[in-house]
Amino acid sequence: MMLDEDKRDLSRGGPGRHLGAFLTVPFAVFGRSAIHWINSSGAAVIFFLLAFQKIFRPKQLSKIVQQVYYIGARSSLIIMLVGLFTGMVLGLQMHSALVNVGAQGYLGTIVALSLIRELGPVLTAIMITARAGSAITAEIGIQRISEQVDALATMRIDPLRYLVSPRIAAAILSFPVLTAMFDLVGIIGGYISGVLIMGANSGTYIYRVQASVEMKDITHGFVKAVVFAVVVSTVCCFQGYFAHMREDSHGAKAVGLATTSAVVLSCVLILLSDYIVTSLLI
Amino acid sequence: MEMPLIEFKNVTKRFEDRTVLENVNLQIYEGQVTTIIGLSGSGKSVLLKHIIGLMKPDEGTILFRGKPLSTLKIKGSETSLIRISYMFQDNALFDSMTVYENIALPLRETTNLDKAEIDRRVMARIEQTELGEAAQRYPSELSGGMQKRAALARALVVDPQIVLFDEPTSGQDPVRKNAILSMIAQYQRKLGFTAILVSHEIPDVFFISNRILALYDRKIVFQGTPRELENFDHPFKDEVIRSMEGLRDELTGLYSKRQFKVLNHAHMERKTLGETYSVVVFTLGGLGAIIANFGHDAAQEAIRGMGLFVIKHFGAIGGFSTRRHTNEFVTVLPYSDQEEAESILKDFVLDFQAYEIPDLCAGARRPTEPGGSVEITVLAGIAQGQPNEEIDSIIDAAKNQQKEIARLRCDGRR
Repeated sequence: MMLDEDKRDLSRGGPGRHLGAFLTVPFAVFGRSAIHWINSSGAAVIFFLLAFQKIFRPKQLSKIVQQVYYIGARSSLIIMLVGLFTGMVLGLQMHSALVNVGAQGYLGTIVALSLIRELGPVLTAIMITARAGSAITAEIGIQRISEQVDALATMRIDPLRYLVSPRIAAAILSFPVLTAMFDLVGIIGGYISGVLIMGANSGTYIYRVQASVEMKDITHGFVKAVVFAVVVSTVCCFQGYFAHMREDSHGAKAVGLATTSAVVLSCVLILLSDYIVTSLLI
Repeated sequence: MEMPLIEFKNVTKRFEDRTVLENVNLQIYEGQVTTIIGLSGSGKSVLLKHIIGLMKPDEGTILFRGKPLSTLKIKGSETSLIRISYMFQDNALFDSMTVYENIALPLRETTNLDKAEIDRRVMARIEQTELGEAAQRYPSELSGGMQKRAALARALVVDPQIVLFDEPTSGQDPVRKNAILSMIAQYQRKLGFTAILVSHEIPDVFFISNRILALYDRKIVFQGTPRELENFDHPFKDEVIRSMEGLRDELTGLYSKRQFKVLNHAHMERKTLGETYSVVVFTLGGLGAIIANFGHDAAQEAIRGMGLFVIKHFGAIGGFSTRRHTNEFVTVLPYSDQEEAESILKDFVLDFQAYEIPDLCAGARRPTEPGGSVEITVLAGIAQGQPNEEIDSIIDAAKNQQKEIARLRCDGRR
């Protein structure tokens, strides 16, 4: 005789229902995540385009200058410090490796090209993300949860124009300049460790730097810096701007998680876009 | 018939599967103070955010002077079609800017005024809201009341046609609450904007409102004057008004209007036809001068002092009192005829002149105010009534009999 429980189970699809769910749930989860990512990516692109066109509206210059100071000028010291030690480590490592194959004369080439083509733009972008990107997300996020963004809207001040556009403009202006500083200080760092500490020839190092670096290397480095500026500023502003819409938390916790997400996502996207841009430029 | 400034027609708003507003119909008229009352979480702020355009209705239409709001431009600039300001419940001041910068922000960003003109307008609002000393301080360095005033100054700096106030008195003490409401009423009269308030402060908010809108069970169930609300027969009145309105007026300690009526009814039921009783109506004059010279807090302190003195004097002889309007007090002397009431009033006047005048002046005077003086007048009128007569008509009769019983000058210098 069939029990009531069995009848109910059959009416819901029977024992096979559990197996079906077991097989379909992972796809459903993956599908939902994929749709969410595509939605968010699309929203971020629209967010950037809207904010970018508002850079050129009136009354923006003073805000952009202020943000260049926060994002650019105040990051310069840490960028130079990281650049110096990156160059010094490169100088040490490359010198000991090149000595083994008798090619220590190429130290300047390796240090300069690796810094200008790759390490400079990438490490600069990551350092700015850590220093200024997180601050951007936290600041906009707090303004969002305390209704300051809504207050702007009620005063007929476009929050995108007021909060986001100056930061994106400042990032686009600051990243290439900071990258150039990183590259220059890094090459000096390589000189200090390779020439002054390890004893490589000074004239050869400087000659190799001059001879091996072409304009296209510098241009490619700057193109990367601009791409990273767009990625970092958009991701950080977007995360802060929509901190109140997070499904995993609310209030101050949402701002904290938005800041973490902004930093992690920016770093991942820097590396991903680095590969894409390199493959397109090379 | 007057065309409403703002009209909701069958407005419905849902958040996922939760309906917050359902077929809401309401009218808001130009130049009036309209207050939206309702329980917490009933959708009052949502309603307000529809007017400013922060939210859009899922169904229905919002009309501005008969035209759909969605087709009109709302701007804060000089040449705007509709200038609306919004004062947030938690003020939403920019915490990284000084009070001055907060107030100047809408002018700097939405107008082409020069620096000197912006400075003039901002300083005018700062003076009006008594924030002179706080202009260069950050919001976190201010008291709750000062933050409210800064938010009010920011809302008013663009000379708006409509100002929306989302619970402007939340978290304030009774004196400060009434001071903020008094300030809103004063600016509304002075600048002529249409004020729309969301508030829980019953009955205080009734004193300044021309119209009340009652939001209950996702709908507007009442639209009318505060007086019409008293005769409104609906579950809203039992569930909402009584839960919000305490037994006593928070500011003065006098009975609430409702409790006053209950007490009066109980006394009248015990009386037989032919027995008489008396009603005294007091009016405290000169509040405008106190506000102008010493500020809104001082005016509320004077009202509070007057209320406390009325309780002290008449409570001891079985009288009970309420505040009918901002500065109008009604006392029922259930066991006294007109003659006896007049004799009691004479004692009251003597006591008032001996003890209360110095206290009233002290309350009305800001300790930090170095100069200035104001004149306060107290009017009183007595009427006799019988148990079968309507209390309101006896109160009106007493008001018609009012004459000056005291005049006092409060000097700013101690």
